[in-house]
Amino acid sequence: MRLFLRLLFRNRLAGFGAVVLGAIVLLALLTPILPLQPPNATDTANRFLRPLSAGHPLGTDHLGRDLLSRLLWGTRLSLAVGFAAALVAAVLGAAVGIVAGYAGGRTDNVTMRGIDMLMAFPYILLALAIVAALGPGLMNALIAVAVVNIPFFARNIRGVTVSLAHREFVDAARLSGLGHGRILLTEVLPNVVPVIVIAMSTTVGWMILETAGLSFLGLGSQPPRADLGSMLGEARGAMISAPHTSLVPGAMILLIVMSINLLGDGVRDALDPRLRSGALARPMAATAVDRDPPPPAQGEGLLRIDGLQTEFRMGARVGRAVGGVDLSLAPGECVGLIGESGSGKSVTALSVMGLVASPPGVITAGAVRLDGEDLLGASYGRLRALRGNRVAYIFQDPLSTLHPLYTVGEQLAEAIRVHHPVSRAEAHARAVKLLDDVRIPNAAERAGAYPHELSGGMRQRVGIAMALANDPDVIIADEPTTALDVTVQAQVLKLLHDLRRSRGLAILFITHDFGVVAQLCDRVAVMYAGRIVEEGPTEAVLNAPAHPYTARLIDCVPELGGGRRRLEAIPGLPPAVDDLPPGCAFAPRCAKAQAECRDGDIALAGRDGRRVRCLYPEPAARAAQ
Amino acid sequence: MSIALQTTDLACSFPVGKRLIGPPRAMLHAVRPTSLTVAAGETLGIVGESGCGKSTLARMLVGLQPPSAGSIEIEGAALNRADPAAFGRRIQYVFQDPVSSLNPRKTVRQILEVPLIRLHGMGRAARARRIDEIFDAVNLRPEFLDRYPHEFSGGQAQRIGIARALAAAARILILDEPVSALDVSVQAQVLNLLADLKAEFGLTYLFISHDLAVVEAVSDRIAVLYFGAVVEEGPAERIFAAPRHPYTRLLAESAPQVGRPLGGEAAGELPDPLDPPPGCAFAGRCARASELCRRDTPRLRPIYGDQRAACHHPLDA
Ligand SMILES: Nc1ncnc2c1ncn2[C@@H]1O[C@H](COP(=O)(O)OP(=O)(O)OP(=O)(O)O)[C@@H](O)[C@H]1O
Ligand code: SF4
Ligand code: SF4
Ligand SMILES: [Mg+2]
Repeated sequence: MRLFLRLLFRNRLAGFGAVVLGAIVLLALLTPILPLQPPNATDTANRFLRPLSAGHPLGTDHLGRDLLSRLLWGTRLSLAVGFAAALVAAVLGAAVGIVAGYAGGRTDNVTMRGIDMLMAFPYILLALAIVAALGPGLMNALIAVAVVNIPFFARNIRGVTVSLAHREFVDAARLSGLGHGRILLTEVLPNVVPVIVIAMSTTVGWMILETAGLSFLGLGSQPPRADLGSMLGEARGAMISAPHTSLVPGAMILLIVMSINLLGDGVRDALDPRLRSGALARPMAATAVDRDPPPPAQGEGLLRIDGLQTEFRMGARVGRAVGGVDLSLAPGECVGLIGESGSGKSVTALSVMGLVASPPGVITAGAVRLDGEDLLGASYGRLRALRGNRVAYIFQDPLSTLHPLYTVGEQLAEAIRVHHPVSRAEAHARAVKLLDDVRIPNAAERAGAYPHELSGGMRQRVGIAMALANDPDVIIADEPTTALDVTVQAQVLKLLHDLRRSRGLAILFITHDFGVVAQLCDRVAVMYAGRIVEEGPTEAVLNAPAHPYTARLIDCVPELGGGRRRLEAIPGLPPAVDDLPPGCAFAPRCAKAQAECRDGDIALAGRDGRRVRCLYPEPAARAAQ
Repeated sequence: MSIALQTTDLACSFPVGKRLIGPPRAMLHAVRPTSLTVAAGETLGIVGESGCGKSTLARMLVGLQPPSAGSIEIEGAALNRADPAAFGRRIQYVFQDPVSSLNPRKTVRQILEVPLIRLHGMGRAARARRIDEIFDAVNLRPEFLDRYPHEFSGGQAQRIGIARALAAAARILILDEPVSALDVSVQAQVLNLLADLKAEFGLTYLFISHDLAVVEAVSDRIAVLYFGAVVEEGPAERIFAAPRHPYTRLLAESAPQVGRPLGGEAAGELPDPLDPPPGCAFAGRCARASELCRRDTPRLRPIYGDQRAACHHPLDA
């Protein structure tokens, strides 16, 4: 709630709207106890008095009634009717929407077609028709305005309900013995209320205006009682001779509708989850870099990452997603980067080519060198030239990188033409060849398929073909097989393995699966809480893990053929990256932790590419050193 | 040994390409006639790849999806949701996505109270006591009770989902991929918890997963699903060690594993579900496929001891 108010008032206009509306509502509430003249007391001797005349601060109208008093009473009435109409429309519309959305099927279909028909009528005509049928009167105007607004609420709420009704907690509630009525009231409704509030806050202003409109036409409030609309209507005749009689209620209507709409927009934005996370700014073309002079290269390597640090700056919180990573990739080498979710694998990978979204991501230290050229300092144009051409990515979900409206052949050809000036036909021929290379059966024909027509495994092959399109030297594969079934995963891994051999590709392979690393990678680096905690040749690390985390993580994973058994679990959870403990990040979960582990930085130490970040490494590895 | 759960020729089809009036364009057979038996106190593992009908089968067992044919018996009586309370005390479901299965607008205590009120009609004091017991059983700290679901990690949220199923005090739990959304270190915690709870309360589990090693580690028996049908069923220690159905072997060999070279020779894809071929659904990917396989659908039959397979030319052990 505090957050909501802060967000609301950060928006100046909404704050202004809130203050104005608050003042008007307060006045309206206080009207009965203010020292006003009776609003309906006529005094024909004093007709059309100008504002600021004695006893009548805003003057009088055509019957000599005090305008200030009438204005306040009229405002009170208009607000009451407008809010009542909004409430009625919201309650009825939401009820229709919730029931239709939850019931689904035929009920939903029939109800929503009915709502569509209501919506097909022009708004004000429908309201007029209703009042004509019911007869003039404030109550009937209220009903008319409420009815014409029901479809808006019904549509909105139905949409939200449909998505909620398919959530698993609704199924869970059914299994807990709740009937449909109770599920609607206790499970669905609380999730819908915010949407209703937003819809109301953005429409109540219009409803006040519509009621005023009906009153203006003489179909709403009946004399002598007046709301703002009928005040305007009565003043119409004297528009030229006594303009203040129309200006006063007119200005009030303007103020009310404007302040409500400003406030309503503010409420909508403040409740929008995207705004809450603080990121509404357009992302930059490449990750922002804000670092001291880059450190010298620590050694050889086609692709070298030295001391890379990447942060996410979200208001006061700073998430240190990557906290100093060193990694190198030799030509033709396959290095596995393994770790649990949130350990910083993907951010490391995306930092290489400046693909981390900025804001909120910022690279704060380190260097990434491709053949000795520092990529972090490179211009966007240079990065673009290298992206895809020398360093290519494969992602977990190929659908996210493929355009749904172009055939895979067109997209491949396009990717080739970005970096190579070849003819369309030539590009197409190369595209088919690539599809064939990634073992897509019947490549020439499949080139004409759209992404959604392919199975998950096929799509990932297309993703690999895209990555290969310009014969890169380095491929960064971020969990490329995690979303695939095991049999398909095995095929895709085999394909990557063969391609690497035949094309001399260097691969940085990100995964959380030790089995995959064991089968594919020459070396492996284990990541925990944004840093590499152990690194070495795959076999050495897997057979004799030196870091307690690696050792325990390997023990956690059940192995096929192990039979029924109890697994070794690691107690606790990885630390949050915006709240890292000092010293060893694994200390809170480590059985061997000592006081020294908890203070001061622990270096990644060792030699011959076999390094570990731990003060008390596992004995097997120590013996091996 | 008494039977906790039994299905007889249970099947489910979905209409595809519905029209406003008239019959749908095609039927998708998500689950083909399936007969399974789970003894009380046993864990039956179900493995299979995505879309093979695991979730549909599970949802039918708890009455969330009406079957299109066949029958379900729970503890000897036909599945009957006429009295939802009585039904909920028999069988419960633990969902795959721990976060989406908890109502974001309710505190954990409110979530856990629903089954206690609705299924067991407990008073306030009794509920508070029971919730404390359950929370203790799933290793969560009592101060979590008054928090909202978004404040929990996946592993913690999944424990709350398990706690809700325990609150119903059902004797049978259907676990639909209960650990696939979790990291391995947390996955082990939850699997161990499930094993402890089973021992403590004498529960029966139907454990669904696509991870063969996980299923093997927790199950007594395992059924392998392919294209909506059980293709092999047998004791957990034998089924992947000595598979009789070629598909089971392909699965076991595809699982990436330390100390074994890459598999992945066998190509081929699932058949088109809207236009399934006659005969064995695996024939397109099977090296042993014969004329017979492409003509007649193999039935599940005993091959060796209590290991059954639906294959005309089963593998030798
Ligand atoms: N409501 C539905 N309407 C139409 N088809 C459906 C529906 N629910 C499931 N299916 C189809 O039924 C088949 C089996 O689905 P199910 O969800 O049981 O698979 P699964 O094995 O659980 O897959 P995953 O591992 O991806 O969750 C799939 O082809 C799916 O597309
Ligand atoms: S440094 Fe200390 S706490 Fe950290 S892993 Fe090593 S022994 Fe454990
Ligand atoms: S029935 Fe034939 S095609 Fe099917 S799995 Fe057995 S051998 Fe292969
Ligand atoms: Mg599923």
